[in-house]
Amino acid sequence: MKFGLALLAALVAAALLAPFLGTVDPAALSPVMRLRPPDGEFWFGTDPLGRDLYSRVLYGARVSLTVGFSVALASTSAGLAIGLVAGFYRTADAVLMRVMDGLMSIPPVLLAIALMALTRASMGNVILAITIAEVPRVTRLVRSVVLGLREQPFVEAARAAGTPGWRIVLRHILPNTVAPLIVQATYICASAIIIEAILSFLGAGMPPNVPSWGNIIAEGRNLFQVAAYIVIVPSIFLSITVLAVNLIGDGLRDAADPRLARQL
Amino acid sequence: MILEVEGLKQHFPIGGGRKVYAVDGVSFCVAQGETLGLVGESGCGKSTAGKAILRLLEPTAGRIRLRGKDITRLSAAEMRPHRRELQVVFQDPYSSLNPRMSAGAIVAEPLRNFGVFTEEKVASLFQRVGLRPEHMRRYPHEFSGGQRQRLGIARALALKPALIVADEPVSALDVSVQAQVINLLMDLQDEYRLSYLFIAHDLAVVQHISHRVAVMYLGKIVELADREALFARPQHPYTQALLAAVPEPAPRASPRAPILLKGELPSPMSPPAGCSFHTRCPHAFDRCKSEIPQLRQGSAGHWAACHLIER
Repeated sequence: MKFGLALLAALVAAALLAPFLGTVDPAALSPVMRLRPPDGEFWFGTDPLGRDLYSRVLYGARVSLTVGFSVALASTSAGLAIGLVAGFYRTADAVLMRVMDGLMSIPPVLLAIALMALTRASMGNVILAITIAEVPRVTRLVRSVVLGLREQPFVEAARAAGTPGWRIVLRHILPNTVAPLIVQATYICASAIIIEAILSFLGAGMPPNVPSWGNIIAEGRNLFQVAAYIVIVPSIFLSITVLAVNLIGDGLRDAADPRLARQL
Repeated sequence: MILEVEGLKQHFPIGGGRKVYAVDGVSFCVAQGETLGLVGESGCGKSTAGKAILRLLEPTAGRIRLRGKDITRLSAAEMRPHRRELQVVFQDPYSSLNPRMSAGAIVAEPLRNFGVFTEEKVASLFQRVGLRPEHMRRYPHEFSGGQRQRLGIARALALKPALIVADEPVSALDVSVQAQVINLLMDLQDEYRLSYLFIAHDLAVVQHISHRVAVMYLGKIVELADREALFARPQHPYTQALLAAVPEPAPRASPRAPILLKGELPSPMSPPAGCSFHTRCPHAFDRCKSEIPQLRQGSAGHWAACHLIER
């Protein structure tokens, strides 16, 4: 958890402070200096258009982290609301869950590609497309947790004590969904970062003028044999980011469960 | 009478037009300051009967009267004022307390629901059940099983109810802690003239705490009598078998012959025709297979549902 937090903090800092970390304009072309391997001047080398890979990777972190955090937040909020309603109010359950099942029958990457095909390439649309693809999973999780909780004796005791339905949801059900939801949110964050990279790699994600790790990898793909670093460097960053987020998720899960935390 | 239950049925549809007959026509009453023990093996419907009386379920048929007021068909909102009279203590002291609420908040919840919360009330409830008021800030996982059950009792006691449905309140506890909790329940009964519907499968505990005892088998009451009469002169073969299965603390030279029941508890989805016990009864005869025996009063206040008694 600490290691994950440190990694992620470093990545966030690098993304935020990118303009002050010795970077140049990530879109600046300079054909003279194209395909320079990593050295003292260009730490990560340059791409076929002579753009500085170090700058592009740091600016790309902004895209990945923004998409990851936004999707995690948006899809857990939406999924939490829908899941609570579906789990606690049985009449809404059938309709909501059939819609979710329908969405879930489409692989998330494919669904995101289809949604992106309907709209313009932009960060907002990428976030929206991945969120829609991730919401059914959160909804299912929340609903199953709620269904388990509502049969718990402490919920029955609250009903027997005269607690109104909405207060049972807020005081007894909601707090007990937080722990599994936080874990799920981190996995969604990680998976959103990967899906964004996949979409951009396939040309269905971020617009090509925005440096994102997926775009960079896609551009370097044809030159893998002569300039492997163009693919390898952003891939390493992608892996480290996903690892850091997952480490944090595991740590948060332990911290959010008071019983488990005391044993550790 | 605090509680009167008449012909209570609780059936659960399980698809394909089939039903589980969890509670199938149960009648009894509980007077003020009285403990009615409800015993039977697992799956006989005793806990379901308790939940139906608490109106945590929608009873299929029958009538539940609380202080003479019919609460069988009240909506959740109409039921709320009556919840002050009717509280519950559950079996599992772990899952019956919300792990994310402090002990103080758990006991305060019923008080808050009815706008009568004060810090002092919660503190005195803690003291009354043998916990220290400093414990209010702790969380449930910081308590032992017995202490948690005391918390559950404090929560049930908060609104000064007339009746507490105690659903196996001690069966998850160590024997030494069981005795403490039972004594606490009995002290509270004396102090507040509480009535208990005490659901249990442990006959020794039931014998200790109950004034009257009802024995359930497959969703029906097969025998209901004063504690002394039931334990001294059980009428129904099922009660006789249950009592014979209780181990004796000091075995005599000539031990009573155990009555071994054949077979398993029949499925409550398809209870046997006639007397539901006839498939396992050592004395069953032809009439038992076709005709359902009714609860009939033998000696005063001693009811049993068995064709043998009429012969």
